[in-house]
Amino acid sequence: MDKPYFELRDLAVGYNGKPLLSHISLSLQRGGIMTLTGPNGSGKSTILKTVTRRLPAISGQVLLEGEDLRFADSKVLARKMAVVLTDRIRPELLTAFDVAAAGRYPYTGSFGLLTRRDRDIVLDALSRVNAAGIADRDFSALSDGQRQRVLLARAIAQEPELIVLDEPTSFLDIRHKIELLEILRSMSRERGVAILMSLHEIDLASKISDTVVCVSHDGISAFGKPEEVFSDLSVRRLYGLERGSYNAALGSIELAAPLGVPRVFVVGGGGYGIPVYRALQKAGVPFYAGILFENDLDLAVAAPLAASVVKCPAFGDLTEAHISAAKALIDASSAVIDSGCPARGTNSAKAELLDYARSRGKRVVAGGVSEVMS
Amino acid sequence: MNVNVKLNTARYCAVFISLFALFVLSVIWSINSGSVSIPVGEIWRMIFRKGAIERGELAADASAFNIIWKIRLPRLMLAAVLGGALSLSGFLLQTFFRNPIAGPFVLGISSGAKMFLAVVTIALSAWIPTVPVAVTVAAAFLGSMFTMMFALLFGGKLKNMSMLLVIGIMISYICSAVTDFLINFAKEADIVNLTHWSMGSFSAASWRDVRISALIVLPTLLCVFLLSKPISAYALGEGYALSLGVNVRRFRVLLILLSGVLSACVTAFAGPISFVGIAVPHICRILLKSSKPILMVPASFVCGAVFCVFCDLVARTVFSPTELSVGTVTSAIGAPIVIWLMVSRRGGQAQ
Repeated sequence: MDKPYFELRDLAVGYNGKPLLSHISLSLQRGGIMTLTGPNGSGKSTILKTVTRRLPAISGQVLLEGEDLRFADSKVLARKMAVVLTDRIRPELLTAFDVAAAGRYPYTGSFGLLTRRDRDIVLDALSRVNAAGIADRDFSALSDGQRQRVLLARAIAQEPELIVLDEPTSFLDIRHKIELLEILRSMSRERGVAILMSLHEIDLASKISDTVVCVSHDGISAFGKPEEVFSDLSVRRLYGLERGSYNAALGSIELAAPLGVPRVFVVGGGGYGIPVYRALQKAGVPFYAGILFENDLDLAVAAPLAASVVKCPAFGDLTEAHISAAKALIDASSAVIDSGCPARGTNSAKAELLDYARSRGKRVVAGGVSEVMS
Repeated sequence: MNVNVKLNTARYCAVFISLFALFVLSVIWSINSGSVSIPVGEIWRMIFRKGAIERGELAADASAFNIIWKIRLPRLMLAAVLGGALSLSGFLLQTFFRNPIAGPFVLGISSGAKMFLAVVTIALSAWIPTVPVAVTVAAAFLGSMFTMMFALLFGGKLKNMSMLLVIGIMISYICSAVTDFLINFAKEADIVNLTHWSMGSFSAASWRDVRISALIVLPTLLCVFLLSKPISAYALGEGYALSLGVNVRRFRVLLILLSGVLSACVTAFAGPISFVGIAVPHICRILLKSSKPILMVPASFVCGAVFCVFCDLVARTVFSPTELSVGTVTSAIGAPIVIWLMVSRRGGQAQ
């Protein structure tokens, strides 16, 4: 693993000689998965187009096994690098098998006739993407998910060492997204195929990739292991999220907290409060939340959505100070919502808070989201 | 899977056998019909014992002999060669524009070739009475390249297939207007030939025309056949073709040049003949249930030959002794196919 299999060296990419992004230096090993993420229009596709030689590099180099791609023979390169593009192709009267068989092009003779072995490879590629059953169907009549799988099978049938995919998960539902990424992972682990792709779902990117690259309008803003690159803050900065937030640990996205003076206090904990917080956010009702331990699942949602949260350190003790802070917020509210979390153990303060609310004449609503909204 | 592969092979064989059978049939039928009726046995004797008749060893009616050898045979051979060329040219343009209704006529390429031909004929008529064939073919080729450039310039930007058609028709009108203008101001004697073939006709065919057009068309057919593999890769789009190792730029230039040569040759020898380039490849796709170029190239050529021989037969016999121009017949059959193509696609494949 001394020399990288694939490398971008001080690359500048762009259209008509005008650089859009420059000083791109990245490297990828055999069997590695590298994902470009970033906002729309940041230039992810431009980088991929340059890598696949659809666009000339403005300066710098793209190296495959140390060889500059500019000088690579296109027939030799076709046996090493396969692509899955965003272009929506609509071939006429071609079956899924025919489309996947196009991947054998670099291996067939001058008339492109398939041998027994080519056929087996194509069928194997189709079954790898669970598309063997639709091999005889007309490609244009397939669903988006099926088409994308067949196009991936086409790339696999090309027996490449590197697959470049541009937004392979767009148009796919969540099940097909996961399926596609699983296939990519098995290609990289079992066959040592290097994978370079762009994804705009950061949650998926962080889960599938060995390396993520943040492409923002000013260039490559971060490059490394997903857990190093993606923090709540870096993602907000990458996408310029001013409202809404991203939770790196959960890979979840929350919308912006409702604005205004809160009139509601939610007593939550242990995940019970999450549906209540989200319902209040949808209804545009600002709220307080408490008392939550810092390792409570509720906090991941309450923190970005609530106007203020009474927090208690993880593995620490709930003290009088926390309880009086919560009581102060209940005083400021006109209603208290009981999310239904059990009032025992470390959460025994819940009963005290609800009693306090009743004693101060606050409306106490219990349980489900529908009751809360009424 | 294997079962399907076999089934398809059976279909392909059936299509090719029937196309060849139809070709033979249309040739025989075509030789046998005309305003002068000649007994079938006599025709066969004239064709297969030609040498003996010419040496005077065998008796034969001289005028019938001339009708067969100097009129019907060259005409039918020319229709076959040029028909094949036209539909192949259409197939190449459809590949290039990735548009099933592209063809030399609807893109205005035939009209452009005609315009250049008219310019050259009129310009040269002052010095030489008959323009050499090489010059007519070259002029037609330049004309097709010239109009193709316009189609590329405007049509390349438009992904919408109906817009390409509209632009092609406009180019075609402009070229026709220029041609008509030139003809109006030309001397009667210079333009007898021009007005005659501006409708599209095989009636003036001679063996020399057959020889020259075959010399141009058949090698081009071979080239196109050898391009089958990149054509199939190109069907998935430029990006995929490029990544499969196709030199896309060179390939596109080749497609344009080859289709230009084919349609120029047709225009030079028979004038603009409409809709064959769209209708025939489409019929072939339906018959083969496949668009694989390795099948489509030979099938389009043979089917185009059959189609034009048949249309020419209709043109000269149905309203006999009045002869229609073959373009009239091909339009009557081809235009409805184009309309049907556009309507049937609207629902199935939204842009």
